[in-house]
Amino acid sequence: MTLPALDLLLLPLREPERLGTLTPGQWDLLVRQGRRADVLARVAERIEAAGRWADVPPEVARHLQSMRLLAQRQHEELRHETGQLLRVFESAGVPLVLLKGAAYVLQDLRVGEGRMVSDIDILVPRERLADVESALMLSGWVSTNNNPYDQRYYRTWMHELPPMRHLRRGTVLDVHHALVPLSGRLRADPSAMLADIRPIPGNPGVYALSPTDMVLHSAAHLYAEGELELGCRGLLDIELLVLEFAQDADFWPTLTQRAAALRWERPLAQALVYLDELLSTPLPPEVRDWARKVHQHSAPAWRGRLLDAMYLRALRPDHASLSDRWTALARAGLYVRGHWLRMPPWLLAGHLARKALMAARAPKPTEA
Amino acid sequence: MSALRGRIADLSPAELSARLNSDGLALSVPPFTVRVRSPIPVVREGIERMYALHEHFGDDEVFCDFHLSILPRLGWTGLRCELDVDGQRPFTPLARGEAFAFFEWGLNWCVTSHCHHWLTLHAAVLERDGRAVLLPAPPGSGKSTLCAWLMQQGWRLMSDELALIDPASGQLSASPRPVSLKNESIALMRQRLPDAVFGPVAHDTLKGMVAHLRVNESSLRQAALPATPRWIVFPRFEKGATLRAVPRPKPQTLVELASNTFNHHVHGPRGFECLADLVDGCEAFDLSYSQLDDATTWFDSLTRSS
Repeated sequence: MTLPALDLLLLPLREPERLGTLTPGQWDLLVRQGRRADVLARVAERIEAAGRWADVPPEVARHLQSMRLLAQRQHEELRHETGQLLRVFESAGVPLVLLKGAAYVLQDLRVGEGRMVSDIDILVPRERLADVESALMLSGWVSTNNNPYDQRYYRTWMHELPPMRHLRRGTVLDVHHALVPLSGRLRADPSAMLADIRPIPGNPGVYALSPTDMVLHSAAHLYAEGELELGCRGLLDIELLVLEFAQDADFWPTLTQRAAALRWERPLAQALVYLDELLSTPLPPEVRDWARKVHQHSAPAWRGRLLDAMYLRALRPDHASLSDRWTALARAGLYVRGHWLRMPPWLLAGHLARKALMAARAPKPTEA
Repeated sequence: MSALRGRIADLSPAELSARLNSDGLALSVPPFTVRVRSPIPVVREGIERMYALHEHFGDDEVFCDFHLSILPRLGWTGLRCELDVDGQRPFTPLARGEAFAFFEWGLNWCVTSHCHHWLTLHAAVLERDGRAVLLPAPPGSGKSTLCAWLMQQGWRLMSDELALIDPASGQLSASPRPVSLKNESIALMRQRLPDAVFGPVAHDTLKGMVAHLRVNESSLRQAALPATPRWIVFPRFEKGATLRAVPRPKPQTLVELASNTFNHHVHGPRGFECLADLVDGCEAFDLSYSQLDDATTWFDSLTRSS
């Protein structure tokens, strides 16, 4: 069975000079897929950079410009919020380390152009978590979750605290104390990555992970995360990161060595294989071969094939035009697997029972 | 190139129903094109009556701003319906009888969450001679009733819910759609406007009883014409009150308007300046009234005084 390809959504990102050939029906589908994948602002920035607005029908252009404006605004807020956070972190004597979208944007990487950043992810050494949390609270960030069970769940088994929201500005902060869920099978200890953080030019006191670690972190996220509604965006992030970093000839060998040192080859290989299969990302042949070999050895043949079939569905944008009859099952399966990887069976059973009980006791949600 | 294929009124009930049940009806709701699908009879009935004068695109391949389906659901307490926005389901299901109202609310949600190229404001907008009056007001203030009434008295309805402001020019775009009436005002408008067309009545919604009133032909015909904001009126229906219009100071007007925007945070400082310019170019009033005829006289006098 062949699944629908991502050609249409990739066209403005890959070949903006061909935009003029699209029919109204193709534009319709492109905007729908892009909206579900949360990449319309990225598409808009590509069109802007290529100077191709004349090829975009006005009724389409206004939607692209709308999302571009929203992303630009988020970036402005991010820069302002980073300044506020820096004051808090300086007072606590902890370096401010940005992750994911926030780090991409502040470093002016290509992957940051048009990248939606609705919340700010930061990484804090686990032993300094208490200091950082109290400093954040004094500055107006409060946890969005007051349930003691949830708090313990996030701290003991997850890699991040429940989101914190600023009382007045409403901005949302995700404080990570590990790289992937603590109870999972990947090494989650961030100390090796924290030992190699890089200052972000133009933002004294603000740091990002090293280029290799940014790629590995993003890949591990796709590997360990069970909810892949924005998986396609994550894959595109990795593509843009590796293509930009690969301008440095040492990048690929450094990346695979680092993955080996952290024992994170599997997530990296998986991400590279899916880049190749879904996005046809131009990877060097030796990197492609390495990724295929590691990926094939990471699971017995039948299980590997099943997982691939699931991922290649779930990593497509969550839109009817890119799904088949198995897509919903694949998403559900990977969701359960995400939890399975994160917690041993006895822990998972207890957690799900507890959640069901909490949901039954909670007040009923009101209608829209 | 795709072209409009005629009015909804020209489709036979069977054709309309077939479209709504299959690939969807590509409905022109200026300034948008919306693809609607639903097998629920009340949705067809609502579209047939409320959008009779609107046009559709037939079978053409056309770019649609939004794709909405209203799907039947079975709930513990009876028949329900759910809004599906191209795979996204942002709201809890409602009673089946509210299906057409759900379409209208869903469309409002689409505009406010996707259309940041405008500054969007929760307000009704009426126009005369190229000049517009904005009516920002909380639910229950009688804003929609007033709108429906003034539309029949020669004002052009630009919108009864959403003011769409171009941040660059400060001009207002029109989106004439059915006017949403609630509770007692439904009976009142049926009595005062015997020629108006009403849509299906949804009982027991969170807002009480809801029914829509069709936008008139002249408002729809002029949908593409923008207007310059000239007055901001905060209406309040007060039983038995004699009409009273008190000028409202500009700073308070600005604060009130800002709290009624859906997306001025997206526009940042430019959005604030746009709102400030808008208030600067307008006269603002708090209007309390009980008689619609008095209100007509007062609104008409606005156009003569300046």
